[in-house]
Amino acid sequence: MVDFCGLRLEHPIVNGSGTFDAIAARRAFGDALLVDFPFSAFVSKTITLQPRAGNPPPRLWEAPAGMINSIGLPNRGLAGYLEHDLPQLARLPVPLITNVMGSTQDEVARLVEAVDARPEIAAIELNVSCPNVRTGLDIGADPQSLGSLVRAIRPLARKPLIVKLTPNTADVAAVAAAAEREGADAVSLVNTLRALALTPATGRPWLGGGTGGLSGPAIRHVALAQVAAVARRVSIPVVGMGGVTQPRHALELMAAGATLVAIGTENFRDPRAGKRIATGLKSLQIAKRPSTSMNTSEPRPEVDANCANS
Amino acid sequence: MRTLAPFGRRRVQVVRAEDVGAYRVLHAADLDGPLPAAGQFYMLAAAAGWGAGEDERPHLPRAFSFLRAAGGELSFMLEDVGPGTHRLAGLVAGDELWITGPLGAGFRPPDGGRRALLAGGGVGIPPLAAWARELGGRPQALLGFRDREHAAGAALMEEAQVAVATDDGSVGHRGLVTELLAAELARDAHAVVYACGPPRMLEAVRALCGERGVPAQLALEAAMACGFGACYGCVVALRDGGYARICVDGPVLDAGRLEAVPAH
Repeated sequence: MVDFCGLRLEHPIVNGSGTFDAIAARRAFGDALLVDFPFSAFVSKTITLQPRAGNPPPRLWEAPAGMINSIGLPNRGLAGYLEHDLPQLARLPVPLITNVMGSTQDEVARLVEAVDARPEIAAIELNVSCPNVRTGLDIGADPQSLGSLVRAIRPLARKPLIVKLTPNTADVAAVAAAAEREGADAVSLVNTLRALALTPATGRPWLGGGTGGLSGPAIRHVALAQVAAVARRVSIPVVGMGGVTQPRHALELMAAGATLVAIGTENFRDPRAGKRIATGLKSLQIAKRPSTSMNTSEPRPEVDANCANS
Repeated sequence: MRTLAPFGRRRVQVVRAEDVGAYRVLHAADLDGPLPAAGQFYMLAAAAGWGAGEDERPHLPRAFSFLRAAGGELSFMLEDVGPGTHRLAGLVAGDELWITGPLGAGFRPPDGGRRALLAGGGVGIPPLAAWARELGGRPQALLGFRDREHAAGAALMEEAQVAVATDDGSVGHRGLVTELLAAELARDAHAVVYACGPPRMLEAVRALCGERGVPAQLALEAAMACGFGACYGCVVALRDGGYARICVDGPVLDAGRLEAVPAH
């Protein structure tokens, strides 16, 4: 069992937001999905105040050891989520974490208040990879913007509040520290890295949304460095993710300071990846447990991602 | 029609592989898998060497409708056109595959006493061949190909009466399969058209059936990362707004729901 912000989880493997649709998966796999549910908590895709259709296709580009996506956060909107999706997600055999995103502080506040009021939801994850309407910069890229957002909405949530960090920033640890200072219960990272794919014949952007986000094994070591940097800076739990395909990759993120590890792109290749990695991770942890040490705390490596190569 | 997939991917062995004209046909042993419905698909990846091709690809599995499913054996047809299909085309007996499926929703039978009329071409053959077998009674199938080498694929439509069109006239009618379809519908429009093929062909079928008021079910294809509704990558725009996911809402969709078949 793993304790995460007061939630007792069966194992440390969850899904990254937007990389597993439990409702659609149940249509494809039936009740077998519930019997053998791959994650110890389920993170919903991002919910916005109003419904979104998502970006025009094409939405995907296969990259070396990964993919670039420009999906555009399609969802039913808050009311549709609460009415249609939530009753189905509440039947999953694990705690539900609902991910929300707003383009203004007021929108985020309305989302957080509504989600916090629902007993079926165990925790709230805040997607801050969206542009600040005034500055045009992603809120999650700037410690000050993020800090003021978290300060404003923290009092509205009684449930654990996780802030999902973007890697597209100069100093992710500073952003994480701002989230912690203003009362976040945990941080999760990394979201996708901004990336561009060009149509071979024309040299124009391939994706309907212009640029997209790179994920998969291609970003694994970027994620590892950022998780290590954040875990050194904050004392709240860290959910680490980025390119995990094997149990040892999860173990590495935990060695870098992650309490939980999220699986993203690998879910697409292997729908049961979460369970496979959780099972393998347990074996690795038993094999690696030092027999003489009394210290059971997570090791935190003495590296700083921002100056490791300087 | 939708058969549920076992949860997770499974490792299966290639028992046979052969060339049929320009195409490669893979046969894999799937002894424990359920019987799929015509039009459903599987996500395929070679168990070894996936990612070792051009640009260090492929990374993601590839979606293929099954050609035939019987006796614990699944057959797939493909053409070597990119890093994924290239790796799959190189598999021989004894090699292993990861498969997930059957996925998606397949064809629905004709109603109102209409006859089934199958139209397609190229790598669109598999769902139509499976549907002809499931329907029985040797339905009419109209198939279009580039040239003689590709038209050899028509032999895979074992349980239909096949008429062929080729772009270069080397086999059958010289011209487009939609010309054959227009003639068939002029003769007898009391039909449901079942179609699968390249996007431009499908769009022509959709437009033609729309004009003639003939219901059509299109088996669509799109790049997809997962095949089970997780990635939201494989969407097609709907006439009444929004998008459908080809993997879970399709791959077979009523032509009337679409504004157009997208070019890719």
